[in-house]
Amino acid sequence: MPTGKQVSVDQYSGSTADQDRSSMDLTASKPVSETSRQYTTELLSIENVSLSFGGVQAVTDISFNIMEGEVRAIIGPNGAGKTSLLNIINGFYHPQEGVINFRGKQRRRMKPYQAAASGIARTFQNVALFKGMSTLDNIMSGRSLKMHRGFLWQVIHLGPARNEEIQHRRRVEEIIDFLEIAHIRKQPVGRLPYGLQKRVELGRAMAMEPELLLLDEPMAGMNLEEKEDMSRFIIDLNSEFGTTIALIEHDMGVVMDLADRVVVLDYGKKIADGTPTEVQASQEVIDAYLGVAH
Amino acid sequence: MFYREAGQFKTSYAADQALLPIRQDRIGLGLILLVAFVAVPLLASDFFIGSIMIPFLVFTLAAVGLNILTGYAGQLSLGTGAFMGVGAYACYKLTTYFPDINILFMVLLSGIFSAAVGVVFGLPSLRIKGLYLAITTLAAQFFLEWCFIRIGWLYNYNDSGAIEVPQRKLFDIAITGASASPTVRYLVIVSLVALMTLVAANVLRGRIGRSWMMIRDMDIAAELMGVRPLYAKLSAFAFSSYYCGVAGALMVFFWIGSAEAEAFDINHSLLVLFMVIIGGMGSLLGCFMGAAFIWILPIAIRAVPQMLGLDVIAATTEHVSNIIIGVLIIFFLIVEPHGLARLWQIGKEKLRTWPFPYSSN
Ligand SMILES: Nc1ncnc2c1ncn2[C@@H]1O[C@H](COP(=O)(O)OP(=O)(O)O)[C@@H](O)[C@H]1O
Ligand SMILES: [Mg+2]
Repeated sequence: MPTGKQVSVDQYSGSTADQDRSSMDLTASKPVSETSRQYTTELLSIENVSLSFGGVQAVTDISFNIMEGEVRAIIGPNGAGKTSLLNIINGFYHPQEGVINFRGKQRRRMKPYQAAASGIARTFQNVALFKGMSTLDNIMSGRSLKMHRGFLWQVIHLGPARNEEIQHRRRVEEIIDFLEIAHIRKQPVGRLPYGLQKRVELGRAMAMEPELLLLDEPMAGMNLEEKEDMSRFIIDLNSEFGTTIALIEHDMGVVMDLADRVVVLDYGKKIADGTPTEVQASQEVIDAYLGVAH
Repeated sequence: MFYREAGQFKTSYAADQALLPIRQDRIGLGLILLVAFVAVPLLASDFFIGSIMIPFLVFTLAAVGLNILTGYAGQLSLGTGAFMGVGAYACYKLTTYFPDINILFMVLLSGIFSAAVGVVFGLPSLRIKGLYLAITTLAAQFFLEWCFIRIGWLYNYNDSGAIEVPQRKLFDIAITGASASPTVRYLVIVSLVALMTLVAANVLRGRIGRSWMMIRDMDIAAELMGVRPLYAKLSAFAFSSYYCGVAGALMVFFWIGSAEAEAFDINHSLLVLFMVIIGGMGSLLGCFMGAAFIWILPIAIRAVPQMLGLDVIAATTEHVSNIIIGVLIIFFLIVEPHGLARLWQIGKEKLRTWPFPYSSN
């Protein structure tokens, strides 16, 4: 079991200019987790994966793994191939080379809905909510795979079909409470402010109760307070529900505080992999990423 | 102030998920059903029932069908008329082969045939979207029309080339054919439309309806939540075409009495599409509003000069109503894609807050 990670959010540096301070705080805030959090089971591993679009080499010969229960950050400058990597993991893109193992088994080429059924959920860099639907319906839609009543039951919408709907509604309400979005439950998501949309999208992914949750820049474009909230949700999700998380994030303070291990990409290649402190110390990373303002 | 849920607290998710959670809406629906099932049959003239109510309900059902596909599942179709035709011809063939089987059963069965045809012509939707898909449904429209004209078997090789509705009875009362009274035909249609609207509402608020809206709003994310585009799109085509097919069978058997291929031409498709646009994409209420508006407006415009004692040529009134409808379509497409139903909803929200215009709840 993961030990609780403690994050005091005012330590977030927000920018890399504050590097010294944040790395000092890191040793203060995560002494336990980096040494004693032991993950023994590999949930996902990627071996020598390459993906190109025509002439563009998006991902080149990348290998890394994600352990069950950890928060694994994927960082790198824009265009480094982070989103492409998530798209490979959930079946949108099919790498030309390489092997993906999930839960100890080599995965065959699969479609996104198959990846979803196997327990992988995802949020998008650009919010991809169902704009015409309410917050409630968006999160309910995350339950799609868990609802099984057939067409004829849906037609009468009584008995088992209604019970199923109510039972899942109950679960969805728990998520709504968890994310503190009860006040926007019935609002169409298209009209919500950006920060709340990101939160609803997290709720929708949570509703799938995934084993592996891929978050593509969940805090991009957020103000400090919204980032604090989002970090809190991610930490609770990981420590309370044990959800394994792969997180793409630009804010180094956030990454250092949330992640157990970090993989760093640059121009589609992996240039570092390790604990946040190890990665931060790597000269190659500093050159490629940390030195560059984003 | 007059219309609001104040004091109506939901104590269960079941109550909150009911079709009409607000009491005033339930009372309103009760009144409408009372008018539809009691007042109209008892009080209305044969002209009103036969020329206004029956066509209105037939078009409503077709609009529900198209709205499911276009408004809820996001797949544009220009083939509604042809899918209605499939239902009508299927019903005609079925009842000539099996004259003893109840015609209502045949009407409901004929929808299955148009559902099957709908699935076939829905297959391209797995590859193409939007305007391109609309073009393939247009191809379906012309192909099916061609079949209705060329395949004599479909109309039993009648010299007229038309399908002629035979008399069929229910409990010894004629419900189709020349001797069936408008009131009886109306009662059959209004019952079916009420029932099928309820079914549509149920399906739309459950898992399957959500999967259609997911595909409509963001197909990539939908796939990621485990929705299979193949199932979602083809089931929307099937369900939608079923409604269109039943509407087509009702149209011929309970309204016009005989029909040639022309009755199901592209104009017919467009008429239903306009109803959906003006009524409101993605709203069942909008189907009723759009059908009422587009069917009744020309009749009203024709009636007004007569009542005023003016001598206006028929062609002029027709042009006037075409212009009004055209302008409204452009207006709704640009300003309010959710149509009359949305305007109605805004009106209700205003009523909720009245007389305090700024309170939001
Ligand atoms: N669908 C696509 N077609 C062509 N090129 C793509 C596609 N998706 C990503 N790329 C390219 O792959 C590279 C990596 O992109 P991406 O994975 O989005 O980077 P990141 O998420 O790290 O910013 C970029 O050069 C991008 O232009
Ligand atoms: Mg990206």
